Amino acid sequence: MSNLFDLLVAGLATGAIYALVAVGFTLLWQTSQTINFAQGEFVMLPAFLMLAAMHAGAPFWLAIILGILLSMLLLGLAFKMLLVDPMMRHGVLPLAIATMALAIGLKEAVKQFFSAEASPFPSIVPTGDIAILGHNVSLQSIGVLVLAILAVFGLTALLNRTSLGHQMQAAAQNPTVARIIGVPVERMILLTFLINAFLVALASLLITPIYLAKFTSGEVLGQAAFIAAIVGGFNQVRGAIAGGLLIGVLDNLAAAYVSTQYRAAVPMIFLIAVILFRPQGLLGRAEERTV
Amino acid sequence: MSGFAKPLKIALGLAVIAALIVVPMNFNRYGLFILSQWAVMAIAAMGLNLTLGYAGQVSLAQGAFVGIGAYAAAIMTTHGWPLPAAIVVAIALSFAVGWVLGYPALRVQHHYLAFVTLAFSTLAFLVFRNESWLTGGIYGISNIPRPHIFGIATNKPLPFYYVCLGSLAIVSLAVWWLIRSPWGRAFMALRENPLRAQSLGIDTRRYTLMAFAIGSALGGVAGALYAPLTQYIDPVPFNLSLSLDLLMMVIVGGAGFFLGPFLGAMIAVLLPEWLRFTEGYYLMLYAIAVMGLLIWSPTGILGILDRYLAERRTKAASALRAVAKSRLETVQ
Repeated sequence: MSNLFDLLVAGLATGAIYALVAVGFTLLWQTSQTINFAQGEFVMLPAFLMLAAMHAGAPFWLAIILGILLSMLLLGLAFKMLLVDPMMRHGVLPLAIATMALAIGLKEAVKQFFSAEASPFPSIVPTGDIAILGHNVSLQSIGVLVLAILAVFGLTALLNRTSLGHQMQAAAQNPTVARIIGVPVERMILLTFLINAFLVALASLLITPIYLAKFTSGEVLGQAAFIAAIVGGFNQVRGAIAGGLLIGVLDNLAAAYVSTQYRAAVPMIFLIAVILFRPQGLLGRAEERTV
Repeated sequence: MSGFAKPLKIALGLAVIAALIVVPMNFNRYGLFILSQWAVMAIAAMGLNLTLGYAGQVSLAQGAFVGIGAYAAAIMTTHGWPLPAAIVVAIALSFAVGWVLGYPALRVQHHYLAFVTLAFSTLAFLVFRNESWLTGGIYGISNIPRPHIFGIATNKPLPFYYVCLGSLAIVSLAVWWLIRSPWGRAFMALRENPLRAQSLGIDTRRYTLMAFAIGSALGGVAGALYAPLTQYIDPVPFNLSLSLDLLMMVIVGGAGFFLGPFLGAMIAVLLPEWLRFTEGYYLMLYAIAVMGLLIWSPTGILGILDRYLAERRTKAASALRAVAKSRLETVQ
């Protein structure tokens, strides 16, 4: 049983990071119909920005702030203005392909300008174990879980409790009507891109100490977040959170109880089942067909 | 493309075909390998273009079918079967699996369908990697023989390039015929308006499955050629990124255009090679080129040409109208 408890804690911690990334993913989809295939690389990059700042002599806290600001500039503002805006009118698919190309570009840029090797990354939560209910649990898992949950709660509060959040939701749900009642839709869409950039930078900060900084590390993560978003419900923020936690736990349990070889298959089979029997996701609303 | 005069089009086509036959004759080994790879990828992309460009069903699993074809060919030819038999098996296997994968397409559409096929693609990769009794696992299958065609050994790069080119020609003719047949029309009806297609008596259910199965079968053909081309296969080339690459080829070339996959495969296979002189930067430049192209023309390369020709046609038509009008006025 102690094994199961450890697995659950570790699973929830990775799941909370998946949830952060998945929430950003659904935000982009909702406001601008962007399927961002580069989302995993978006998580990979900020860690390198922070490392670069530290190599230039900045202390860790300053590097974190610089890394987050730079990712909001590059992965939020520049991504929207240079890639999404020109292509948004032309449907979902060309933009999705362009983000695939962006993923290749980001990976290669990091490999070329930084390093092809994995680099260690300092942890912002203290390492070590503490005893909870008679189990030794790693502080890092707890710290990651707490920070990710705080971020998610903050975001949900922003979306549901503030006027700004309501405007963002209106812009996502019905841009035409939102525009009529005076919501600055364009600015709201930009805001979701900035929030996504912030979330991926935070996820990067939390996950890189565990898995090291490597130019390919976005591949697995992006796919996990992608699946989490779909499983939870592509059009719901709370769905993405639930999906992230679920996939994190499922992945860890599958590795322990199914087989390490087929651990990656379990979330996939789950995904297919969810799409076939509940395509709107576990917590999502059914989308209306436009035909 | 219809803006060109027909004889000019035929002459241009013949010139390209002649160039593809003659020019590589003094290429080195590597050049021939890349060009053969282009032919193989063009076949796979053509299959995806049928599924996506003509029938409008998004698939992120074409790479998995290339893998299925490659493993079928590798396993059979290393056990002494001739390649044509392996190709038939690869086609049958990919067709059957593609048909089954088409079933989700009946329930869900668009991005959801893309996700199901994405999951399938990952599952197929895991099977290639883990079922080592069949696929050799991570060590793969080596010493895949190249075939004898009409008694001629194709071990050397040039003869095998002609095998790939010949296969590409056969597949192109078959696809050309298919999209002009009532089936091709039905596929397009499916893409444009499924509801209306159904009300016109088209069995949308059957045609959706067909679109998936035929497109996948072409992926299988490409795989069956890929195995003897590289003579060694392991699971890595058939992971999700191959499916994404093939999708990129179709969109970049121009989805729904007959020649789109040829150009798309050229961009994806040859452009990185041409950029190799920039060393570490070549994939970065390639990514920037693809993004730039898509920003410029989201409908791909042939979309640019199409737009240009459409503009010229409208201009020509309005010029004709103006002439006709002035004639009418002078008569009056």
